[in-house]
Amino acid sequence: MEFFSNLLNIICYLPLAGALFIIFFIPKENTKAIKFWATLFAGADFVISAALWFVYDPEGAPFQLVYKKPWIPAIGAQYFFGVDGIAVLLILLTTLLGFIAVYSSYTAITHREKEYYVWLLVLQTGMLGVFMALDFVLFYVFWEVMLVPMYFLIGIWGGPRKLYAAIKFFLYTLVGSVLMLIGILALYFYNSSGFALVGLPGLGNPPTFDVTELMKVAPSMPLSLQKWVFLAFFVGFAIKVPMFPFHTWLPDAHVEAPTAGSVILAGVLLKMGTYGFLRFSLPLLPDASRWAVPWMVLLAIIGIIYGALVAMAQQDMKKLVAYSSVSHLGFVMLGMFALNPQGLSGSLLQMINHGLSTGGLFLLVGIIYERRHTRGLAEFGGLAKVMPVYATLFMIITMASIGLPTLNGFMGELTILLGAFNRNTWWAVAAATGIVLGAAYMLWMYQRVFFGELVHEENKNLPDATRREQWTLIPLIVLCFWIGLYPKPFFRIMEPSIRRVVEVVDPSYLKAPQAVLPQPHGAKQHHTEE
Amino acid sequence: MNFQVGLLLPELVLAGMGMLVLLGGVLRFSPQVAFFLTNLAFVASGVAAVVVGEREGTFFGGMAAFDRFALFFRLLFLLAGILVAWLSHPFLLRAGRNPWEYDALLLFATLGMCLLASGVHLAGLYVSLELMALASYILAGYFRSEVKSHEAATKYFVLGALSSGILVYGLSLVYGATGTLSLQELAAQLAQAKPSPALLAGLFLLLAGMLFKVAAVPFHVWTPDVYEGAPTPITAFFSVGPKAAAFALLVRVLWTGFAPLAADWRELLAWVAAATMIWGNVAALTQDNVKRMLAYSSIAHAGYALLGLIAGGALGVQSVLFYLLVYTVTNLGAFGVVALLASDEYAGEKVSDFRGLGRRQPLAAFAMLLFLLSLGGIPPTAGFMGKLYLFAAAVHAGFAWLAVVGVLMSAVSLYYYFRIVKEMYLSAEEQGLPVLGEAWGVRALSVCAAATLILGILPGQALTFTAPAAAIWPW
Repeated sequence: MEFFSNLLNIICYLPLAGALFIIFFIPKENTKAIKFWATLFAGADFVISAALWFVYDPEGAPFQLVYKKPWIPAIGAQYFFGVDGIAVLLILLTTLLGFIAVYSSYTAITHREKEYYVWLLVLQTGMLGVFMALDFVLFYVFWEVMLVPMYFLIGIWGGPRKLYAAIKFFLYTLVGSVLMLIGILALYFYNSSGFALVGLPGLGNPPTFDVTELMKVAPSMPLSLQKWVFLAFFVGFAIKVPMFPFHTWLPDAHVEAPTAGSVILAGVLLKMGTYGFLRFSLPLLPDASRWAVPWMVLLAIIGIIYGALVAMAQQDMKKLVAYSSVSHLGFVMLGMFALNPQGLSGSLLQMINHGLSTGGLFLLVGIIYERRHTRGLAEFGGLAKVMPVYATLFMIITMASIGLPTLNGFMGELTILLGAFNRNTWWAVAAATGIVLGAAYMLWMYQRVFFGELVHEENKNLPDATRREQWTLIPLIVLCFWIGLYPKPFFRIMEPSIRRVVEVVDPSYLKAPQAVLPQPHGAKQHHTEE
Repeated sequence: MNFQVGLLLPELVLAGMGMLVLLGGVLRFSPQVAFFLTNLAFVASGVAAVVVGEREGTFFGGMAAFDRFALFFRLLFLLAGILVAWLSHPFLLRAGRNPWEYDALLLFATLGMCLLASGVHLAGLYVSLELMALASYILAGYFRSEVKSHEAATKYFVLGALSSGILVYGLSLVYGATGTLSLQELAAQLAQAKPSPALLAGLFLLLAGMLFKVAAVPFHVWTPDVYEGAPTPITAFFSVGPKAAAFALLVRVLWTGFAPLAADWRELLAWVAAATMIWGNVAALTQDNVKRMLAYSSIAHAGYALLGLIAGGALGVQSVLFYLLVYTVTNLGAFGVVALLASDEYAGEKVSDFRGLGRRQPLAAFAMLLFLLSLGGIPPTAGFMGKLYLFAAAVHAGFAWLAVVGVLMSAVSLYYYFRIVKEMYLSAEEQGLPVLGEAWGVRALSVCAAATLILGILPGQALTFTAPAAAIWPW
């Protein structure tokens, strides 16, 4: 089986194999076995994907572990998998969070377990495919395949308004992605046979959806066409991110989804939007990207501040975390559209960070929700006394999310601010207010839940986080510290790929002499090494 | 001449077997025999179609062309016919109806469609169309004792006859203006001279008649009532067979005979397509009766397929053909599940009848999920590949705005398709109807489900077959 000699194929389809295995061989009454096998497959997938960390050579070819076969020859679509440093990091994040999502669901999901774990595993395959696909048709297939399992996860195992939230999530994100499809087709015909009737001849190349091929020709596209394609992509990706004002699906989906669903949504699904900008919009449409910078930055900054302010007003912990995502993703977008190496690498690092810390926060909120079946801030207070371990874990993740030095959030935000500052001081100033607001709402939440008097009778005998619950969080916390203290290996993996993006999107930046900014040890090193 | 008659072998088989089936009904053989003979007819006709294959040139005095286009449609119609026969068999037995006449009519309708596929002369095309339509009218009213079936047949007949009248009037104007009904000669004349007003009026009336058959807005009003009232397997048949046949007619007439006037009818059809996609999908949103919902959905799908027709060229025509194939297996599957629902009330299948199906009958529910995803155009199903092709053709031809309308409307369509999904999987109570496990019905559904998946994941083979079919003779 040549197909399965490729590491990426194994990583991508192992969860699907697990899902099929459970469907056909495990009876639905045997929930113990279902959990065991689901965990085993998700865990094995993470272990195998960890090999990417070592196999991928940052200094090597732009795309590695390539698997390329003709798929639909009639239109030039290929089955084309390959990864660069950007994808490697996101794949690792996905397999880790996928495993944690499965592992954290043992007690949270108490009905229709078989379907639940099957959909979770199918979703995993869809997400991994998105980060691996280097052919537009293949990418689009995975991009949309993901929607269906997520719809079921929210709609079957969600909260009280699950039906509304599920269909809203589904349709909202779908509208964006179908418009993206038109953009893809425009690129495709620009490269090949052009547009009949409107008198726009194409380049006459053999028709292909190959992203690496299109990267060679698309940047020379006339700006007018680039703008349209950029807009089509923008709608698809911005809804997924979500950028202000396309964020309205997010609070509903996050709040109603089961814990594992929220973890995956926040941890991975949102990253697909930012990944889309980084992988496709910037390198394929550099002129349009530069043209869009003021608008993108404006929306990003509005997102940062608006998300933070709305989060501050929330009484529901999960909603608060959901709006904090809007704010954090605003940061990611700001860094990205600084269009310089610092901004882009900070942006990518912050994607990982957000996956770790917000994924962790959703897990933590899920733990308390399982015990009390409420997430209202007013229902709690003084929990630090009855659940000390839980309070500690919560504290660390909160600090990671705020951006306390020595934790990962700090590294990401700092690098982004450097990138933004380099472009425009005021961007950095506006973003910095977001950080202050972020600290305010997170700490306020922490204070209201954990400190003060234990006023509610029900909270006096709450059991602390169990061993299993602790283990769902420990890997995240370890990574938070790792990135916070020694981010160099992460930067090392992404650096050449990021540089390639910058070379296309803003070649003048790399040529111009840069003012040397005082930078802390970890964040700076990767620039001077060149 | 003898050699030429042999080219009609697929049609001759259908006609002969159809008459044999009629005769069998008179002699009161068992229904199983009718089913066997019908299957035999479709298979033998299919084999004959493959043997006859494709031929260069026109035959029967310029009435027919047996190109790859004709071969593709012959096989498509036979596939639709045999699947409908499989779905109908248990349905008729359950309802205690005589299958002999039904099967004969099904064969005759298919015969009309097959003839239509190879016609290149307007008079011959009209006769084939009427053969298909007359059999369809009777099939719609086959359940005579049911008021709804009655209503369906009457509406279908009155409006269908009116549209045929308009079509014939258009034909007569075209003939008056040019002195020919042969598409080839028509094209030659139009390429040289400016069209006269009479000819344009004739073209306009022809368009109206043909658009009625594909149920495009504003000629769609008959569809929901007919689809709701007809016996469900026949509704399935209407939604794919005659519709695909009408598309074969549209493609052939417009892209051979009237190809020189493309600039004139293209803009008009673009608006028709946009209106069809929008109206079909929006009207489907509020339907509670599944058959009516799928009726509006099939209106919308005609709008999508028009995109490929408008785009034209090899890519456009090929996208229409591929889409019709995709749509045939998908829509037959969706209606097939409805046909197998154990409903007591005639034509009263509600969306809520699907409640809890995902838990009670996971396989049936999964098949329905596949069909609905495919109708909505979500990968990895056939519907996605079909739409990708159509929208690609539209973008290529410079009708990007139509493609945008199309993709947005597919997003809208998922709202009502997912109403059924919601009932099947998300509803807590389990009070819907069971799907019957009748052998031939299940076989038909399995074929449709497998085709929906295969065409979605590995469409290569089907595309290599449709590619040369798009080169319509003599262009």
